[in-house]
Amino acid sequence: MFSLIIRRFFQAIPALWIIASATFVLLRLAPGGPFDAEKTVSPEVKLQIEAHYGLDQALHTQYLQYLKNLAQGKLGPSYQYAGWDVDEIIAQAFPVSLELGTWALLIALSIGIPLGVLAALRHNQASETALMTVAAIGICLPSFVLGPILVLSFALTLNCFNPLGWSFPSDRVLPSMTLGLMYAAYIARLARGGMLEVLQNDWIRTARAKGLSSTMVVWRHAMRSAMQPVISFLGPAAAGLISGSFVVETIFFIPGLGPFFVNGALNRDYTLVMGTVLFYAVIIISFNLIVDLIQMWLQPRTRHE
Amino acid sequence: MLSFVLINRRVLKILLYLPFVALACCTKHQTNVERGNLNGELYVGIGAEPAALDPHLTTGLTEYSVMLALLEGLTTLHPETMAVQPGVARSWSVSEDGLSYTFNFDPNARWSNGESVTPQDFIFSFKRILSPELGAPYAYMLYLMRGAEAYNRGEIKNFAAVGVRAPDSKTLVIDLISPTPYFLSMLSHNTWWPVHPPTILAHGSMTDRISKWTKPGNFVGNGPFLINRWHLNNGIHAVRNPHYREHPKVSLNGIHFLPIAIQSEERAFRSGHLHITSSVPIHRIDWYKANQPESLRIDTALGVYYYMLNTERGPLQDSRVRQALAYSIDRSKLTEHVLKAGQAPAFHFTPPGTGGYHARTRLPFDPALARQKLAQAGFPEGKGFPKLQLLFNTSESHRTLAVAIQQMWKKELGIEIELHNKEWKAYLATRQSGDFDILRAAWYGDYDDPNTFLSLGESHNGNNHTNWHNPRYDALIAEAARETNLQIRHELFQEAEDLLIDALPVIPIYFYVTSRLIDSSVKGWFPSILDNHPYQAVNLEN
Amino acid sequence: MNKERREKQTLQCAGQSLERKAWKRLCRNSMARIGGVLFLLILLACLIGPFISDQDYATQDLIRGANPPSLENWLGTDELGRDLLERVLTGGRISIGVAFAATLVALLIGVSYGAIAGYCGKQIDVMMMRFVDVVYALPFTMLVVVLTVTFDQKSIFLIFLAIGAVEWLTMARIVRGQARNLRTLSYIEAARATGLSHWRILRYHILPNLLGVVIVYGTLTIPAVIMLESILSFLGLGVQPPASSWGTLINEGADKLDIYPWLLIGPVMFFSLTIFALNFLGDGLRDALDPREKDL
Repeated sequence: MFSLIIRRFFQAIPALWIIASATFVLLRLAPGGPFDAEKTVSPEVKLQIEAHYGLDQALHTQYLQYLKNLAQGKLGPSYQYAGWDVDEIIAQAFPVSLELGTWALLIALSIGIPLGVLAALRHNQASETALMTVAAIGICLPSFVLGPILVLSFALTLNCFNPLGWSFPSDRVLPSMTLGLMYAAYIARLARGGMLEVLQNDWIRTARAKGLSSTMVVWRHAMRSAMQPVISFLGPAAAGLISGSFVVETIFFIPGLGPFFVNGALNRDYTLVMGTVLFYAVIIISFNLIVDLIQMWLQPRTRHE
Repeated sequence: MLSFVLINRRVLKILLYLPFVALACCTKHQTNVERGNLNGELYVGIGAEPAALDPHLTTGLTEYSVMLALLEGLTTLHPETMAVQPGVARSWSVSEDGLSYTFNFDPNARWSNGESVTPQDFIFSFKRILSPELGAPYAYMLYLMRGAEAYNRGEIKNFAAVGVRAPDSKTLVIDLISPTPYFLSMLSHNTWWPVHPPTILAHGSMTDRISKWTKPGNFVGNGPFLINRWHLNNGIHAVRNPHYREHPKVSLNGIHFLPIAIQSEERAFRSGHLHITSSVPIHRIDWYKANQPESLRIDTALGVYYYMLNTERGPLQDSRVRQALAYSIDRSKLTEHVLKAGQAPAFHFTPPGTGGYHARTRLPFDPALARQKLAQAGFPEGKGFPKLQLLFNTSESHRTLAVAIQQMWKKELGIEIELHNKEWKAYLATRQSGDFDILRAAWYGDYDDPNTFLSLGESHNGNNHTNWHNPRYDALIAEAARETNLQIRHELFQEAEDLLIDALPVIPIYFYVTSRLIDSSVKGWFPSILDNHPYQAVNLEN
Repeated sequence: MNKERREKQTLQCAGQSLERKAWKRLCRNSMARIGGVLFLLILLACLIGPFISDQDYATQDLIRGANPPSLENWLGTDELGRDLLERVLTGGRISIGVAFAATLVALLIGVSYGAIAGYCGKQIDVMMMRFVDVVYALPFTMLVVVLTVTFDQKSIFLIFLAIGAVEWLTMARIVRGQARNLRTLSYIEAARATGLSHWRILRYHILPNLLGVVIVYGTLTIPAVIMLESILSFLGLGVQPPASSWGTLINEGADKLDIYPWLLIGPVMFFSLTIFALNFLGDGLRDALDPREKDL
């Protein structure tokens, strides 16, 4: 296991390099520069501004300079937010997104898995249809719809919560629900699918035939295989959740990382985009590694890989 | 089996408790407005995170609205009348030829660290914004000062040649290139504001853009408030500056600037999280008019919304086609039924009342005339008219308006226009490259004078992307800039505007308004055409 | 014995008789039937509805503006006075079309990619999965913006490309996880030992066993694609006004929920019914195609 982690670590370096290079190319190909604005400035002024950020140099020099800074752990100053460094921005915003994402993940798992498993156990019964209908509602309400609905009903009508903000413990409830419920629906469907697959396996049928109580069978044997698709899905999903959601953090005015991904790209804030993308890359690589480790632990037969 | 039953029971128990936990969470917190009214703190929505708090680098109104609390220029504007009143300068005198201004400093004008604000600080600040190395986008605002333009362009290297000097430690003299009636009010613009030289130099060189001097703890200002906390996308908190020259007159103890997204702002206001919002969603305006008119505040703004035509593209080369397009837009219908917030239909380019000027020319809404013009241009009933593209930056309001105008053109002229949206930077790049037929555009005046609008039509103006050139027009604008007699000056602008509205390289559509929601406890927030609301005048009443 | 039986079953899966059996099973599943009929109804409404109605999706009535549902306008009108039902129906053509095409693209890439990675294992798996990590991390917004300047922006092909570029990734990871498990099962190892080619093993032993999870995730991809399309519209790719899609209608309606609720309710209703129908149809299909499902 340790050797796997170490191997993955070394594989991650070229992966990050490719991501950084591809993002660099994408940014330079995109129309419009970081310092274009509503009111056009003279070409001389623009040149002067760009010189502050080294954008007046040849592209390959900029690229090498960026990689050099990166190797020293410097993400550089943001172009859009004068006075802020990218690592400073990430350090300030990530903990918030991490907390929000963790709550959302907990909601998604604690609703999604029981729902899916229960539905599978009630296969071809009316209650299954009811359970899966509940899950389908979650899929039909994306966060930009669910968010305003929750705010209107719980914050503005029932007066239970603040409609936005991140100051009090109760401020966590609505955004976590908004973010978590859709994932809960996804997980429910995947869990049900995986569970059904497993329940039709001969070894489960045999176990059932041997008279073991069905709950015992379910928990001991079936869960391991049944949760495979859910776990595969969770790698990227969890990485996405904890690195912040543009929609939810904007609706609820939460100072997380999500808006920076989108606004960075829309503002052509080169350093901010590079910084957030690489940060996200590290998260996604780590989460996919964790997923692989969990899958190995659940399915010992794949361990020799 | 046993374990599962146990888990099941535990789960059941938790499920049973859950509603109570939720109820416990439901204890209503004090709202920002309630808390603010008790503590004397104002909660202002600013719509977006400010790009910077450096007065020499920023260009936007969002940034201006925050910096107005933190810094102050030689003059300020009266909160209600917008008349020029003392700022750092207690008094001033103008030479007879109107070219030289002498400012006497207020002995109480101090930086937030207690040091006096000196004429030398202003000279340093002017030098900073005019240094070509800084690349200040708005340096041209200082071009009225003798030698400023040459220094900014790098033509002269010695700042002593620029028309600003300090004869003693309490006096500043500024020399202008020509008598400028609006110079004193222009001094209240952030480009003319001072920065604290030792602070700038402590965090880099004078012309460093990448500097941390504006961060809380570093920032030294001379405004009524002092930055206390700044968390990106979470707000800026400013507290009362004890060294402010009129400290006792300031009523607020602090201001929270909250960059809440525009679609959430209204909800924040409704639940008492904001005293003032930065805007009101269009679909909410009628509701507030009907149910809560006292909260809705609509002020005219110094801005025009227009379509820019590429006068080198196909049929748009023909001024009759441009006239046909302009005459067939029913502006009043658009402002009344689509925009709804009380915008004025734009029958000419310069917003009415800009610097006391009212354009006399009027664009007609005359579909018959428009059809006639189009037929004269060779497209009777729109036959054979090529499919032109209308480009706008992505936004629901731009799209709604474009769709409505597309329909008007189709109905009145029988021509099809294709709509196209792009995200902001791609839109800017397309505009810059000139690769468009019709383009949605807007212009907010930098100062209260027709020049800030009409100079857009000059051949060499960097913001004129229409390819329209008219030597007579250029001459008129240049002449107006030199003219000191207000009446003659306005007459020159009238003639220029006539030319512009006849040739129509731009189709004006409406004049902007600023719509806000304001809590009833806020006093001293007056209508302002430049969106200038000095915070020292604001107080909260319970 | 189990091994052999399963092998036989999966081998048969390619045969005619089993397909017919699956079809029969699907028809016998009442929820699937309801789902199928509902989906066909929606599809028909979107395709022919706009022709038989006297309303038009682009015709405005500015003075009338937004109005709640009435006998004349069943779903109400929007702020420009346009009939919402017409807008939803014409938008449905775009949304359903894009959803199916893009999901198909994502499934084709994702399933084949994931199956190959999971089945081959070892270095190939490592390389292929690191590539997935790389694509995951690329900034989607920038990718779309670059696509819009490199190609013709109105090309529908570009939409599939942009959506396919992100949607296949999770599919690939899920399929790869399943395939990795399958290959360690003894019957696959046995098949390999008997000298069956890799292609045949993938085609007849791995893929049929992946169908379940593929269908489940496929039905999850469709709503995601419909919503993703609205982001592309924002960036200037795809549907241009006055045309609309479900994604853009829902997006706009959500903002005005408290004043003009019908602007959200109408599009969400159509969108949800489609998703429900597809979910039940998908579930039925999954059951019907499962080689191990007992006959009902």
